[in-house]
Amino acid sequence: MNALEAEGLTRRFGGLTAVADVSLSLALGELHAVIGPNGAGKSTLVNLLAGELRPSAGRIRLGAEDITAWPVFRRARAGIGRSFQRTNLLREATVFENARLAAQAAVFAPRRWLRAAARDAEPIERAGLALDRVGLAARAALPAGSLSHGEMRLLEIAMALATRPAVLLLDEPLAGLGPEEGERVAALLRGLARDHAVLLVEHDMDVVFAVADVLTVMVDGRVLERGPPSAIRASAAVRDAYLGHAA
Amino acid sequence: MIVAGRRGHLLMALAAVAIACLPLVASNYHLQLASTALVAAIFALSLQLLVGAGGMVSLGHAAFFGIGAYAVHLLPPGLSVLLTLPAAAGLAGAAALLVGAMALRTRGFFFLMTTLAFGQMLFFVFHDTPLGGGKDGVFVTRPALELLGFVIDVPRRDRPAMLLWLNLGLLVAVYALLAALMGTLFGHALRGIRANEDRMRALGYDTGRIKLVAFVLAGALAGIAGHAQAMADAFVNPEMLAWHHGAEALLMILLGGLGALHGPILGAFAFVGLGEASTLITERQRLVEGLVILAVVLALPRGLAGLGR
Ligand SMILES: Nc1ncnc2c1ncn2[C@@H]1O[C@H](COP(=O)(O)OP(=O)(O)OP(=O)(O)O)[C@@H](O)[C@H]1O
Ligand SMILES: [Mg+2]
Repeated sequence: MNALEAEGLTRRFGGLTAVADVSLSLALGELHAVIGPNGAGKSTLVNLLAGELRPSAGRIRLGAEDITAWPVFRRARAGIGRSFQRTNLLREATVFENARLAAQAAVFAPRRWLRAAARDAEPIERAGLALDRVGLAARAALPAGSLSHGEMRLLEIAMALATRPAVLLLDEPLAGLGPEEGERVAALLRGLARDHAVLLVEHDMDVVFAVADVLTVMVDGRVLERGPPSAIRASAAVRDAYLGHAA
Repeated sequence: MIVAGRRGHLLMALAAVAIACLPLVASNYHLQLASTALVAAIFALSLQLLVGAGGMVSLGHAAFFGIGAYAVHLLPPGLSVLLTLPAAAGLAGAAALLVGAMALRTRGFFFLMTTLAFGQMLFFVFHDTPLGGGKDGVFVTRPALELLGFVIDVPRRDRPAMLLWLNLGLLVAVYALLAALMGTLFGHALRGIRANEDRMRALGYDTGRIKLVAFVLAGALAGIAGHAQAMADAFVNPEMLAWHHGAEALLMILLGGLGALHGPILGAFAFVGLGEASTLITERQRLVEGLVILAVVLALPRGLAGLGR
């Protein structure tokens, strides 16, 4: 069954239609990459799915539930985790605290509000696991603001992971990473796709074609083409509209 | 915002013991002054929950202090303090629920302005309607000091000492409550909201609800401070609700340190002490106060609490 499904999503900003009639479905165990030139509407699409923005038209379903009107936090609680294109951390808190806050979010029901955080083992453990998974365990005690850019990108992913989501929306997790770090994240992405439904927005074509199961190409807010990497690589329309620019 | 560690709490406990011993050495006038500082500390501490922990800078917080104080006027005279104190906290908390539900739709500067507007509305309710008993204030009967059915009758000359102990007890209780709260999942979430609210929402925190709960709790605690003030003065007046009273508490927080839970306690004592010292040397008390506070804030970005670190 599809984990997350969008139907006819449209978002207008004044006269500009940033996302136009986009339908898309994410399945567990599948990595769905969205590519497109700058301004194509990729981040807007992520924001629509995460609930940061309301669609002008269209519907979003999570499992059997219509979540179109749900606020951000409710979607997150229901299993949609995300990372941000522009790094968005609690910079003064430590790396571990960032991850733990994310893990605590998953257990934060009113009846547990007054639990002593130091004695709540589950989020502590889960934060550790998430940091381990992205390779930041050694950095746990540093303030998040002191990390290198690449490490911050990894922490973004670790935080999304620590909330134990079923769906991961990753907006350019490799942006600004060096080749070595990029390689590490690419390997991580492949692993994540095994137990999550992943939507990956990414400009690095080598990585995208290496890790994606399905590709959606967006141009000017519309879906230009969709298919497995091999088909997208062969598409003349995509080459003209997008890959041409990059090459 | 940090909570002091073991060493800090030991120092605070020693200071509390020292204050409790004041009646052995100090005049009644100075005991009253110390009580004023203790009540101011409770008030500033309640505001610290919003400002230092939650990042919500409110200019209307004095309204809840005033409502707590006026509760003593509004309730039938002669009731036990064990009834009036929770009632004052409850009334102030209920008012904070109404104000917070609306004001928390805004953030930052607009939140500041909205809380100011609601605060002034409440000020005028007590200033201009029969509910408040007049714009110059009104004398109230002190609630009875009644414990387990025994009414403790305090002779007039011992009253300042009794009130000092009472206010000290309240301050210790409020501080202990907030220090414990900061260590809970709720406290962590609140501090996360101050650091980055959007991120917290994306993680799944219902930040609006968390902030509202903090706002109501802060209002209730301010109500306790107001009740203590009414108890000390046997008098309430609308100025207790005025915005500049809340601004004074903000100054105390700034002076003592935004970044530490105990900052406002240091700030309140410094502020009251400074006020007293400057009246001794000059008639331009406000000017001296202002300059000293400015100097401290510029020289110590972490406030007095930052000195110990
Ligand atoms: N909040 C907003 N208000 C107005 N216009 C917006 C807003 N957010 C995005 N846009 C516009 O919508 C279009 C799509 O932007 P979006 O950020 O989704 O593109 P993108 O595909 O993520 O680009 P990039 O690859 O540069 O990240 C752009 O023209 C952008 O200027
Ligand atoms: Mg983008």
